[in-house]
Amino acid sequence: MSSALNITLAGLILGLAVWSVLTRETLAAVIGFVAYGLLLTLVWVQLQGIDVALTEAAIGGGLTGILLFGAAVRLRRSEAAPDAEPASARVRWLAASVSAAVSAGLIICVFSLPDPAPTLAPAVAANIAVTEVGNPITAVLLAFRAMDTLLEAIVLVFALIGVWSLAADRVWGGRPGPRPVADPNGMLTYAARILPPLGLMIGAYIFWVGADYPGGKFQGATLLAAMWLLILLAGLTDAPRIDRPAIRIGLVLGPLAFIAIGLTGVLTAGSLLAYPDGFAKPLIVTIELALLPSLTLVLGLLLLGTPERSDEQ
Amino acid sequence: MNSILDIFTILAVVTGAFFFLAGTVGLLRFPDTLSRLHALTKADNLGLGLVVLGLLPQTGSVIVGLKLIAVWLLVLIASATAAQLIAGKVRTGSSES
Repeated sequence: MSSALNITLAGLILGLAVWSVLTRETLAAVIGFVAYGLLLTLVWVQLQGIDVALTEAAIGGGLTGILLFGAAVRLRRSEAAPDAEPASARVRWLAASVSAAVSAGLIICVFSLPDPAPTLAPAVAANIAVTEVGNPITAVLLAFRAMDTLLEAIVLVFALIGVWSLAADRVWGGRPGPRPVADPNGMLTYAARILPPLGLMIGAYIFWVGADYPGGKFQGATLLAAMWLLILLAGLTDAPRIDRPAIRIGLVLGPLAFIAIGLTGVLTAGSLLAYPDGFAKPLIVTIELALLPSLTLVLGLLLLGTPERSDEQ
Repeated sequence: MNSILDIFTILAVVTGAFFFLAGTVGLLRFPDTLSRLHALTKADNLGLGLVVLGLLPQTGSVIVGLKLIAVWLLVLIASATAAQLIAGKVRTGSSES
Protein backbone atom coordinates (compact mmCIF):
# COMPACT_ATOMS: atom_id res chain seq x y z
CA MET A 1 0.00 0.00 0.00
CA SER A 2 2.62 2.51 1.03
CA SER A 3 4.86 1.57 -1.91
CA ALA A 4 1.93 2.25 -4.25
CA LEU A 5 1.63 5.68 -2.64
CA ASN A 6 5.36 6.29 -3.02
CA ILE A 7 5.40 5.27 -6.68
CA THR A 8 2.37 7.49 -7.39
CA LEU A 9 4.07 10.42 -5.61
CA ALA A 10 7.32 9.92 -7.51
CA GLY A 11 5.47 9.67 -10.82
CA LEU A 12 3.42 12.80 -10.10
CA ILE A 13 6.51 14.77 -9.09
CA LEU A 14 8.48 13.74 -12.17
CA GLY A 15 5.53 14.50 -14.44
CA LEU A 16 4.91 17.88 -12.84
CA ALA A 17 8.61 18.76 -13.01
CA VAL A 18 8.76 17.94 -16.73
CA TRP A 19 5.51 19.85 -17.33
CA SER A 20 6.78 22.93 -15.44
CA VAL A 21 9.94 22.97 -17.54
CA LEU A 22 8.20 22.38 -20.86
CA THR A 23 5.22 24.69 -20.44
CA ARG A 24 5.49 27.90 -22.46
CA GLU A 25 3.53 30.16 -20.15
CA THR A 26 5.61 31.60 -17.28
CA LEU A 27 2.67 31.98 -14.89
CA ALA A 28 1.55 28.39 -15.52
CA ALA A 29 5.11 27.17 -14.92
CA VAL A 30 5.14 29.00 -11.57
CA ILE A 31 1.83 27.39 -10.56
CA GLY A 32 3.35 24.03 -11.53
CA PHE A 33 6.37 24.83 -9.36
CA VAL A 34 4.20 25.63 -6.33
CA ALA A 35 2.28 22.36 -6.74
CA TYR A 36 5.64 20.62 -7.13
CA GLY A 37 6.74 22.13 -3.79
CA LEU A 38 3.60 20.82 -2.08
CA LEU A 39 4.15 17.31 -3.51
CA LEU A 40 7.77 17.47 -2.35
CA THR A 41 6.43 18.30 1.12
CA LEU A 42 4.48 15.02 1.03
CA VAL A 43 7.68 13.20 0.05
CA TRP A 44 9.49 14.64 3.07
CA VAL A 45 6.57 13.58 5.27
CA GLN A 46 6.88 10.06 3.79
CA LEU A 47 10.61 10.13 4.62
CA GLN A 48 9.68 11.28 8.16
CA GLY A 49 11.63 14.51 7.76
CA ILE A 50 8.85 16.65 9.24
CA ASP A 51 11.18 19.62 9.83
CA VAL A 52 12.25 19.60 6.19
CA ALA A 53 8.62 19.12 5.12
CA LEU A 54 7.54 22.20 7.07
CA THR A 55 10.37 24.23 5.57
CA GLU A 56 9.62 22.98 2.07
CA ALA A 57 5.94 23.90 2.42
CA ALA A 58 6.74 27.32 3.87
CA ILE A 59 9.77 28.32 1.80
CA GLY A 60 9.77 26.09 -1.29
CA GLY A 61 6.04 26.15 -1.98
CA GLY A 62 4.94 29.38 -0.34
CA LEU A 63 7.66 31.99 -0.26
CA THR A 64 9.56 31.05 -3.42
CA GLY A 65 6.22 30.65 -5.17
CA ILE A 66 5.18 34.23 -4.34
CA LEU A 67 8.63 35.53 -5.37
CA LEU A 68 8.32 33.74 -8.72
CA PHE A 69 4.73 34.98 -9.17
CA GLY A 70 5.96 38.54 -8.72
CA ALA A 71 8.78 37.93 -11.21
CA ALA A 72 6.39 36.35 -13.75
CA VAL A 73 3.99 39.31 -13.55
CA ARG A 74 6.85 41.78 -14.00
CA LEU A 75 8.28 39.80 -16.93
CA ARG A 76 4.95 39.66 -18.75
CA ARG A 77 5.49 42.77 -20.84
CA SER A 78 9.07 42.05 -21.85
CA GLU A 79 8.43 38.37 -22.52
CA ALA A 80 6.22 38.75 -25.58
CA ALA A 81 9.08 39.88 -27.86
CA PRO A 82 11.48 36.92 -27.36
CA ASP A 83 8.52 34.50 -27.47
CA ALA A 84 7.49 35.80 -30.89
CA GLU A 85 10.69 34.70 -32.61
CA PRO A 86 11.77 31.15 -31.82
CA ALA A 87 15.40 30.53 -30.89
CA SER A 88 17.72 29.43 -33.67
CA ALA A 89 18.62 25.78 -34.06
CA ARG A 90 22.15 26.45 -32.80
CA VAL A 91 20.93 28.02 -29.55
CA ARG A 92 18.52 25.11 -29.05
CA TRP A 93 21.27 22.55 -29.54
CA LEU A 94 23.55 24.45 -27.19
CA ALA A 95 20.86 24.66 -24.49
CA ALA A 96 20.00 20.97 -24.93
CA SER A 97 23.63 19.84 -24.68
CA VAL A 98 24.33 22.01 -21.61
CA SER A 99 21.21 20.59 -19.92
CA ALA A 100 22.21 17.06 -20.87
CA ALA A 101 25.74 17.62 -19.54
CA VAL A 102 24.42 18.94 -16.21
CA SER A 103 22.02 15.98 -15.92
CA ALA A 104 24.82 13.53 -16.75
CA GLY A 105 27.07 15.17 -14.16
CA LEU A 106 24.35 14.91 -11.51
CA ILE A 107 23.68 11.25 -12.36
CA ILE A 108 27.41 10.42 -12.12
CA CYS A 109 27.68 12.25 -8.77
CA VAL A 110 24.63 10.48 -7.31
CA PHE A 111 25.85 7.05 -8.40
CA SER A 112 29.39 7.61 -7.10
CA LEU A 113 28.18 8.52 -3.60
CA PRO A 114 29.58 6.11 -0.98
CA ASP A 115 27.17 3.47 0.23
CA PRO A 116 26.25 3.51 3.09
CA ALA A 117 26.34 7.30 3.14
CA PRO A 118 28.70 8.85 5.72
CA THR A 119 26.59 10.11 8.58
CA LEU A 120 27.03 12.04 11.76
CA ALA A 121 23.58 11.07 12.99
CA PRO A 122 24.90 8.63 15.65
CA ALA A 123 27.22 11.36 16.95
CA VAL A 124 24.27 13.75 17.20
CA ALA A 125 22.14 11.11 18.92
CA ALA A 126 24.96 10.43 21.40
CA ASN A 127 25.52 14.08 22.27
CA ILE A 128 22.07 15.64 22.01
CA ALA A 129 21.57 15.42 25.78
CA VAL A 130 24.26 18.11 26.27
CA THR A 131 22.14 20.69 24.46
CA GLU A 132 19.00 19.92 26.50
CA VAL A 133 16.78 20.35 23.42
CA GLY A 134 14.65 17.42 22.30
CA ASN A 135 14.54 18.05 18.55
CA PRO A 136 17.80 16.81 16.93
CA ILE A 137 17.32 19.24 14.00
CA THR A 138 17.30 22.20 16.38
CA ALA A 139 20.33 20.76 18.20
CA VAL A 140 22.25 20.53 14.92
CA LEU A 141 21.14 23.95 13.66
CA LEU A 142 21.86 25.89 16.84
CA ALA A 143 24.53 23.90 18.66
CA PHE A 144 26.57 21.48 16.54
CA ARG A 145 26.42 23.54 13.33
CA ALA A 146 25.55 26.94 14.78
CA MET A 147 28.06 28.64 12.45
CA ASP A 148 26.04 27.61 9.38
CA THR A 149 22.83 28.94 10.86
CA LEU A 150 24.50 32.21 11.84
CA LEU A 151 25.86 32.72 8.33
CA GLU A 152 22.44 31.84 6.86
CA ALA A 153 20.77 34.49 8.97
CA ILE A 154 23.37 37.06 7.85
CA VAL A 155 23.11 36.04 4.18
CA LEU A 156 19.37 36.73 4.26
CA VAL A 157 20.02 40.30 5.44
CA PHE A 158 22.58 40.69 2.65
CA ALA A 159 20.02 39.42 0.13
CA LEU A 160 17.57 42.06 1.33
CA ILE A 161 20.23 44.77 0.99
CA GLY A 162 20.83 43.50 -2.54
CA VAL A 163 17.11 43.80 -3.36
CA TRP A 164 16.92 47.28 -1.83
CA SER A 165 19.98 48.46 -3.73
CA LEU A 166 18.03 48.06 -6.99
CA ALA A 167 15.86 51.04 -5.98
CA ALA A 168 16.04 54.29 -7.93
CA ASP A 169 17.78 57.16 -6.13
CA ARG A 170 14.69 59.32 -5.80
CA VAL A 171 12.68 56.64 -3.97
CA TRP A 172 15.54 55.41 -1.78
CA GLY A 173 14.33 54.95 1.77
CA GLY A 174 10.72 54.91 0.59
CA ARG A 175 8.03 52.26 0.72
CA PRO A 176 8.00 49.10 -1.40
CA GLY A 177 4.98 48.00 -3.41
CA PRO A 178 1.99 49.93 -4.75
CA ARG A 179 -0.08 52.29 -2.63
CA PRO A 180 -2.59 50.28 -0.56
CA VAL A 181 -6.19 50.27 -1.77
CA ALA A 182 -8.54 48.68 0.72
CA ASP A 183 -11.91 47.31 -0.33
CA PRO A 184 -13.83 47.39 2.96
CA ASN A 185 -16.40 44.82 1.76
CA GLY A 186 -13.95 42.54 -0.06
CA MET A 187 -13.33 38.94 0.81
CA LEU A 188 -9.58 39.59 1.00
CA THR A 189 -10.14 42.27 3.64
CA TYR A 190 -12.30 39.83 5.57
CA ALA A 191 -9.60 37.14 5.42
CA ALA A 192 -6.96 39.70 6.40
CA ARG A 193 -9.03 40.53 9.49
CA ILE A 194 -9.78 37.01 10.74
CA LEU A 195 -6.68 35.04 9.68
CA PRO A 196 -3.80 37.00 11.28
CA PRO A 197 -4.73 36.28 14.93
CA LEU A 198 -4.86 32.56 14.09
CA GLY A 199 -1.69 32.80 12.01
CA LEU A 200 0.17 34.58 14.80
CA MET A 201 -0.86 31.91 17.26
CA ILE A 202 0.14 29.04 14.95
CA GLY A 203 3.42 30.79 14.04
CA ALA A 204 4.29 31.29 17.72
CA TYR A 205 3.30 27.67 18.42
CA ILE A 206 5.50 26.30 15.62
CA PHE A 207 8.36 28.47 16.88
CA TRP A 208 7.91 27.36 20.47
CA VAL A 209 7.62 23.60 19.88
CA GLY A 210 10.77 23.77 17.70
CA ALA A 211 12.95 23.02 20.73
CA ASP A 212 11.47 19.56 21.20
CA TYR A 213 9.35 18.76 18.13
CA PRO A 214 9.48 19.57 14.41
CA GLY A 215 9.20 23.31 13.91
CA GLY A 216 11.33 26.30 14.76
CA LYS A 217 12.09 29.92 14.09
CA PHE A 218 12.30 29.63 10.32
CA GLN A 219 8.91 28.02 9.79
CA GLY A 220 7.34 30.24 12.44
CA ALA A 221 8.84 33.37 10.89
CA THR A 222 7.51 32.40 7.46
CA LEU A 223 3.98 32.16 8.86
CA LEU A 224 4.29 35.50 10.65
CA ALA A 225 5.64 37.11 7.46
CA ALA A 226 2.74 35.59 5.49
CA MET A 227 0.23 37.11 7.90
CA TRP A 228 1.93 40.51 7.62
CA LEU A 229 1.87 40.28 3.81
CA LEU A 230 -1.81 39.29 3.87
CA ILE A 231 -2.64 42.48 5.80
CA LEU A 232 -0.53 44.52 3.35
CA LEU A 233 -2.11 42.84 0.30
CA ALA A 234 -5.60 43.62 1.61
CA GLY A 235 -4.51 47.26 1.91
CA LEU A 236 -5.35 47.45 5.61
CA THR A 237 -2.00 49.09 6.31
CA ASP A 238 0.90 50.48 4.31
CA ALA A 239 4.33 48.93 3.88
CA PRO A 240 6.93 50.54 6.13
CA ARG A 241 9.52 53.03 4.86
CA ILE A 242 12.73 51.05 4.62
CA ASP A 243 14.72 53.85 6.29
CA ARG A 244 12.73 53.58 9.50
CA PRO A 245 15.17 52.96 12.37
CA ALA A 246 12.84 50.40 13.97
CA ILE A 247 12.89 48.33 10.76
CA ARG A 248 16.67 48.50 10.48
CA ILE A 249 17.17 47.55 14.12
CA GLY A 250 14.67 44.71 13.84
CA LEU A 251 16.51 43.34 10.80
CA VAL A 252 19.91 43.08 12.49
CA LEU A 253 18.70 42.28 16.00
CA GLY A 254 18.68 38.50 15.50
CA PRO A 255 22.09 38.13 13.81
CA LEU A 256 23.65 40.57 16.31
CA ALA A 257 22.26 38.68 19.30
CA PHE A 258 23.52 35.43 17.73
CA ILE A 259 27.01 36.92 17.24
CA ALA A 260 27.05 38.39 20.77
CA ILE A 261 26.12 35.06 22.37
CA GLY A 262 28.62 33.31 20.09
CA LEU A 263 31.43 35.66 21.16
CA THR A 264 30.51 35.28 24.82
CA GLY A 265 31.10 31.58 24.28
CA VAL A 266 34.82 32.34 23.81
CA LEU A 267 35.00 33.61 27.38
CA THR A 268 32.55 31.31 29.13
CA ALA A 269 32.97 28.03 27.26
CA GLY A 270 36.33 28.33 25.57
CA SER A 271 35.32 28.56 21.93
CA LEU A 272 33.29 30.59 19.45
CA LEU A 273 29.57 29.72 19.44
CA ALA A 274 30.02 27.30 22.33
CA TYR A 275 27.54 27.36 25.20
CA PRO A 276 28.61 27.05 28.85
CA ASP A 277 27.44 23.88 30.63
CA GLY A 278 23.85 23.99 31.78
CA PHE A 279 23.05 27.17 29.81
CA ALA A 280 22.73 25.59 26.36
CA LYS A 281 18.96 25.48 26.19
CA PRO A 282 18.22 28.99 27.55
CA LEU A 283 20.83 30.44 25.16
CA ILE A 284 19.47 28.50 22.18
CA VAL A 285 15.93 29.69 22.96
CA THR A 286 17.23 33.28 23.34
CA ILE A 287 18.91 33.13 19.93
CA GLU A 288 15.78 31.70 18.32
CA LEU A 289 13.62 34.33 20.00
CA ALA A 290 15.90 37.11 18.70
CA LEU A 291 16.03 35.60 15.20
CA LEU A 292 12.23 35.25 14.92
CA PRO A 293 11.39 38.97 14.39
CA SER A 294 14.47 39.50 12.20
CA LEU A 295 13.59 36.57 9.94
CA THR A 296 9.94 37.68 9.78
CA LEU A 297 11.02 41.16 8.67
CA VAL A 298 13.61 39.86 6.19
CA LEU A 299 11.20 37.41 4.54
CA GLY A 300 8.35 39.92 4.41
CA LEU A 301 10.52 42.73 3.05
CA LEU A 302 12.19 40.40 0.52
CA LEU A 303 8.76 39.63 -0.91
CA LEU A 304 7.71 43.29 -0.90
CA GLY A 305 10.76 44.04 -3.05
CA THR A 306 12.52 47.28 -3.85
CA PRO A 307 11.19 50.61 -2.59
CA GLU A 308 9.03 52.21 -5.29
CA ARG A 309 7.62 55.42 -3.84
CA SER A 310 8.76 58.07 -1.42
CA ASP A 311 6.16 59.84 0.64
CA GLU A 312 6.36 63.17 -1.23
CA GLN A 313 5.08 61.68 -4.49
CA MET B 1 -18.01 -0.18 19.41
CA ASN B 2 -14.63 0.13 17.71
CA SER B 3 -15.79 -1.57 14.54
CA ILE B 4 -18.80 0.79 14.33
CA LEU B 5 -16.40 3.75 14.52
CA ASP B 6 -14.19 2.13 11.87
CA ILE B 7 -17.15 1.67 9.55
CA PHE B 8 -18.13 5.30 10.15
CA THR B 9 -14.57 6.38 9.27
CA ILE B 10 -14.51 4.33 6.09
CA LEU B 11 -17.93 5.62 4.99
CA ALA B 12 -17.10 9.26 5.69
CA VAL B 13 -13.65 9.17 4.08
CA VAL B 14 -14.94 7.34 0.99
CA THR B 15 -17.78 9.87 0.64
CA GLY B 16 -15.24 12.65 1.06
CA ALA B 17 -13.04 11.11 -1.62
CA PHE B 18 -16.09 10.90 -3.90
CA PHE B 19 -16.64 14.65 -3.49
CA PHE B 20 -12.99 15.29 -4.36
CA LEU B 21 -13.43 13.16 -7.48
CA ALA B 22 -16.65 14.97 -8.42
CA GLY B 23 -14.95 18.33 -7.86
CA THR B 24 -12.04 17.31 -10.07
CA VAL B 25 -14.36 16.11 -12.83
CA GLY B 26 -16.25 19.40 -12.56
CA LEU B 27 -13.00 21.37 -12.72
CA LEU B 28 -12.02 19.55 -15.89
CA ARG B 29 -15.44 19.38 -17.59
CA PHE B 30 -17.40 22.53 -16.70
CA PRO B 31 -17.56 25.10 -19.49
CA ASP B 32 -16.71 28.41 -17.76
CA THR B 33 -14.52 29.71 -14.95
CA LEU B 34 -17.32 30.45 -12.48
CA SER B 35 -18.81 26.95 -12.72
CA ARG B 36 -15.36 25.41 -12.41
CA LEU B 37 -14.68 27.49 -9.28
CA HIS B 38 -18.03 26.42 -7.89
CA ALA B 39 -17.23 22.74 -8.48
CA LEU B 40 -13.76 23.08 -7.01
CA THR B 41 -14.57 24.98 -3.81
CA LYS B 42 -17.90 23.36 -2.99
CA ALA B 43 -16.70 19.81 -3.55
CA ASP B 44 -13.30 20.27 -1.93
CA ASN B 45 -14.70 21.92 1.18
CA LEU B 46 -17.34 19.25 1.60
CA GLY B 47 -14.87 16.50 0.68
CA LEU B 48 -12.24 17.67 3.14
CA GLY B 49 -14.92 18.18 5.79
CA LEU B 50 -16.07 14.58 5.39
CA VAL B 51 -12.49 13.25 5.43
CA VAL B 52 -11.81 15.20 8.65
CA LEU B 53 -15.11 14.03 10.14
CA GLY B 54 -14.18 10.46 9.29
CA LEU B 55 -10.72 10.76 10.84
CA LEU B 56 -11.97 12.31 14.10
CA PRO B 57 -12.88 8.99 15.82
CA GLN B 58 -9.41 7.63 14.94
CA THR B 59 -7.38 10.40 16.58
CA GLY B 60 -7.67 9.19 20.14
CA SER B 61 -7.02 12.63 21.61
CA VAL B 62 -9.12 15.77 21.76
CA ILE B 63 -6.20 18.07 20.88
CA VAL B 64 -5.42 16.23 17.63
CA GLY B 65 -9.12 16.28 16.76
CA LEU B 66 -9.28 20.03 17.33
CA LYS B 67 -6.19 20.47 15.15
CA LEU B 68 -7.88 18.51 12.35
CA ILE B 69 -10.99 20.71 12.61
CA ALA B 70 -8.76 23.80 12.61
CA VAL B 71 -7.10 22.58 9.39
CA TRP B 72 -10.53 22.22 7.78
CA LEU B 73 -11.65 25.70 8.89
CA LEU B 74 -8.39 27.28 7.65
CA VAL B 75 -8.80 25.59 4.26
CA LEU B 76 -12.42 26.86 4.15
CA ILE B 77 -11.29 30.45 4.73
CA ALA B 78 -8.41 30.17 2.26
CA SER B 79 -10.39 28.58 -0.56
CA ALA B 80 -13.38 30.90 -0.08
CA THR B 81 -11.05 33.90 -0.29
CA ALA B 82 -9.19 32.60 -3.34
CA ALA B 83 -12.46 31.72 -5.11
CA GLN B 84 -13.89 35.20 -4.44
CA LEU B 85 -10.72 36.85 -5.75
CA ILE B 86 -10.67 34.78 -8.95
CA ALA B 87 -14.43 35.28 -9.46
CA GLY B 88 -14.00 39.04 -8.93
CA LYS B 89 -11.29 39.13 -11.59
CA VAL B 90 -13.53 37.20 -13.99
CA ARG B 91 -16.44 39.60 -13.42
CA THR B 92 -14.40 42.74 -14.03
CA GLY B 93 -13.37 41.13 -17.31
CA SER B 94 -9.62 41.33 -16.87
CA SER B 95 -9.28 37.60 -17.44
CA GLU B 96 -10.92 35.30 -19.96
CA SER B 97 -12.54 32.05 -18.92
